Amino acid sequence: MYEPQDVVDLVVVGAGPAGMAAAVTALDGGLRVVLVDAGSAPGGQFWRHPPDHPREALPTEDLHHDLRTYRALRAALAAHERTGRLTLLLDHPVWTTARAADGFTVHAVDRSRPPEERAVVLRAPVLLVATGAYDRQLPFPGWDLPGVLTAGGLQSLLKGGGVVAGRRVVLGGTGPFLLPVAAALAARGAEVVAVCEAAAPSAWLRHPAPLLRNPAKWAEAAGYAGTLARHRIPVRTRTGIVGAEGEERVAVVRTAALDADGAPLPGTERRIEADTVGVGWGFVPQLDLLLPLGCDLADAGDGTMAAAVDAGQRTTVPGLYAAGEACGVGGAALALSEGRVAAVSVLTDVSAPGRPGLRALAAERRAVARHRSFAHALARAHPVPRNWPAWLTDDTTVCRCEEVTAGAVRAARADGSASDHRQVKQLTRAGMGWCQGRMCGPAVHCLVAARAEPYTPAERLIATPITLGALADSAHPSTGDTPSEPT
Amino acid sequence: MDIVVIGAGIVGAACAFHAASAGLGVTVLDRGPVGAGTTSRGEGNILLSDKEPGPELELARLSRDLWDEAGEELGPGKVEFENKGGLVAASTPEGLAALHAFAARQAAAGIQTERVDRLDAFEPHIAPGLPGGVHYPQDAQVQPVLAASGLLRAAVRRGARVRTGEALAAVTGTDGRVTGVRTADGAVLAADAVVNAAGTWGGEVGRRLGAPVAILPRRGFVLVTEPLPPMIRHKVYSADYVAHVASSDEGLETSCVVEGTRAGTILIGASRERVGFDTTMNPAVVALLAAQACRLFPFLRDVHLIRAYRGFRPYCPDHLPVVGPDPRVPGVLHACGHEGAGIGLAPGTGALITAQLLGRPWRGADPAAHTGLLPDRFLTTGGVPK
Repeated sequence: MYEPQDVVDLVVVGAGPAGMAAAVTALDGGLRVVLVDAGSAPGGQFWRHPPDHPREALPTEDLHHDLRTYRALRAALAAHERTGRLTLLLDHPVWTTARAADGFTVHAVDRSRPPEERAVVLRAPVLLVATGAYDRQLPFPGWDLPGVLTAGGLQSLLKGGGVVAGRRVVLGGTGPFLLPVAAALAARGAEVVAVCEAAAPSAWLRHPAPLLRNPAKWAEAAGYAGTLARHRIPVRTRTGIVGAEGEERVAVVRTAALDADGAPLPGTERRIEADTVGVGWGFVPQLDLLLPLGCDLADAGDGTMAAAVDAGQRTTVPGLYAAGEACGVGGAALALSEGRVAAVSVLTDVSAPGRPGLRALAAERRAVARHRSFAHALARAHPVPRNWPAWLTDDTTVCRCEEVTAGAVRAARADGSASDHRQVKQLTRAGMGWCQGRMCGPAVHCLVAARAEPYTPAERLIATPITLGALADSAHPSTGDTPSEPT
Repeated sequence: MDIVVIGAGIVGAACAFHAASAGLGVTVLDRGPVGAGTTSRGEGNILLSDKEPGPELELARLSRDLWDEAGEELGPGKVEFENKGGLVAASTPEGLAALHAFAARQAAAGIQTERVDRLDAFEPHIAPGLPGGVHYPQDAQVQPVLAASGLLRAAVRRGARVRTGEALAAVTGTDGRVTGVRTADGAVLAADAVVNAAGTWGGEVGRRLGAPVAILPRRGFVLVTEPLPPMIRHKVYSADYVAHVASSDEGLETSCVVEGTRAGTILIGASRERVGFDTTMNPAVVALLAAQACRLFPFLRDVHLIRAYRGFRPYCPDHLPVVGPDPRVPGVLHACGHEGAGIGLAPGTGALITAQLLGRPWRGADPAAHTGLLPDRFLTTGGVPK
């Protein structure tokens, strides 16, 4: 078993904006840190980059936002790596974490030399989880055709490899994230035929204050609006993608005007020729590592549950901190601030010598509050519409891995036996396949649960697939005290 | 006669199924959905191969026949009932000798056993060089939650009712006999008898009914791989534990069960830990299970683990289920403590409970033949568990 460091003060899981900011603040404060990430470069989804070598060959700078901060964080990380106080483990997805007598163990898979896989165990007196979020997906007839992607997937293809997924693209869903994706696709030569926004344009007017307090967001939005106008990309509000058709791949996208609850209005359906569909319904906090550790969750206000943290980003488990989208989706600026606040809490709680001044901390906490209120306003303006299941037919696949239809899920509910997505999984296999319900979980939840309840993902003890061989090689002879039996 | 069955897991469902079939008025009470406890956390084993001759094996034999009947009624496809057979593989010549001796005793108790010299004739992908094993054609598999909800639906068709709620206490008459169950929301369900089928929580439910039984949780992890084309045909496990049984009274140490499912995934289970209701992950145990599985089937080394789950088996101090009337509170019957064998033993338990309620044999279950499982075995004078 490989254990890269004898002594480390803090393990940070996730090298996106929150994890990078947290690691740098903790290192600046004098801690020894391991920063571990599944990706091959730091940055997470927001600053997703191609692997280091071909970076020059694939200019992606114009697709990014606030690269100055990214470069500063990378430079700081590199400096700390040189002093030996930072160990940066890339291509190391973490498959589980566990509590230990002296803190936590973090169990990763070293995939830096494929196809080889090696189990790596990190000991963490203090653990900071900054694992981000993933696309919230809602099924519609035809969403399992090749050519249908998530908005986040389209964006990461662009940022991570300069890949433009299609020539004629229709985007749909809700939320401002659709705009940078449309702008980036257009900038790389794709024809974005339409952006279908489910929310009404007036939604923001009901809660304008948080927007007014965040002028940077205005500027960002104006930039995207300009790009969209330049490429003549129409944004259709109160419109949804209600179907996709095609043989080998998407050929036609069906859109419709939506009523206030998201049900398609009869007679408004349009057929648009397109080879690619990108859909984004916001994001779901990635809690796979946090749930088994037993930390409490809180309603994030956008239909999801997120890690419950105090003003210092402490979870309810002593020694466990969380920052970024795992604490509620709110964007990169919020994640950066939360990462710094979390690291300051770690420094305080372990009585590290180098702590930033109180004034800086207060400013950072104000930034968290401001961004958080903006995120809440965003969630209110761009909810998942209540009646989205009206798009589904009984034969629409809901769980793609196990090919479970909406009809089967509804039958499990009507039976009276299934009242949540875990029970539906047992009865229908929805959520039992490769993605373990990461794709269909929120949708199945909407189909069976009481509407007001936010989505709590199923507990996943295995956060990323790992070969049994790598696991077997990590088996410790001293655990022979835990025999197993057939039943 | 009206009865309340506490617990809508596989055992409660089977009790409801048989009692309703016998014409009793049945209400099933559970605080959560069907099969949400230990029922959903196992592998769906219906095993004879792992049981020593004795009271548990007798119940398992009865139960095995009743599973065939229940499978017919519920639809074998609907509950993923598979008559796949078990294969126990020895890893050493000494282990094989011990396994053969064990199997001979099981055969004398009426179990079908078949010596296997060439394991690869049964399992083409098994590790080469293993000396042999024993095939148990009666071992089978069912999807436990589908089976529990199927049995419960069949019980409802026969007039049973299912109610969500938590049992708080037994209501008793002046003669001390049960007259009903009080629930947490204040309601009283009238009943002539109450069946404690609360599985791992049977100890707590027994306390609330005034009839405590010593049932403790034993944690187990089960691993699930990515879906594959069919690679493993039987329930396969190593015979090491038989050698351990032969050599010592304590160390019931064995290797995992490895089997394919109809969905293509491979299940690897299950560990045993006495850690109370601690739900936390134990990566070392998961790694150990993986290592054991890879030793039996080397191809698994390159196969991905995509899921693991854990549950808590209900076990009694003597590792036998407790099935039957509790002498301390007339009208209370226990049907719990099945440890890791609850799925396999459920129909037999349901039939036996029904026979005890009727006071006569029911579906092959004769109360006089299963006295080794009665709760009295824990009771000293005064009715306090040992």
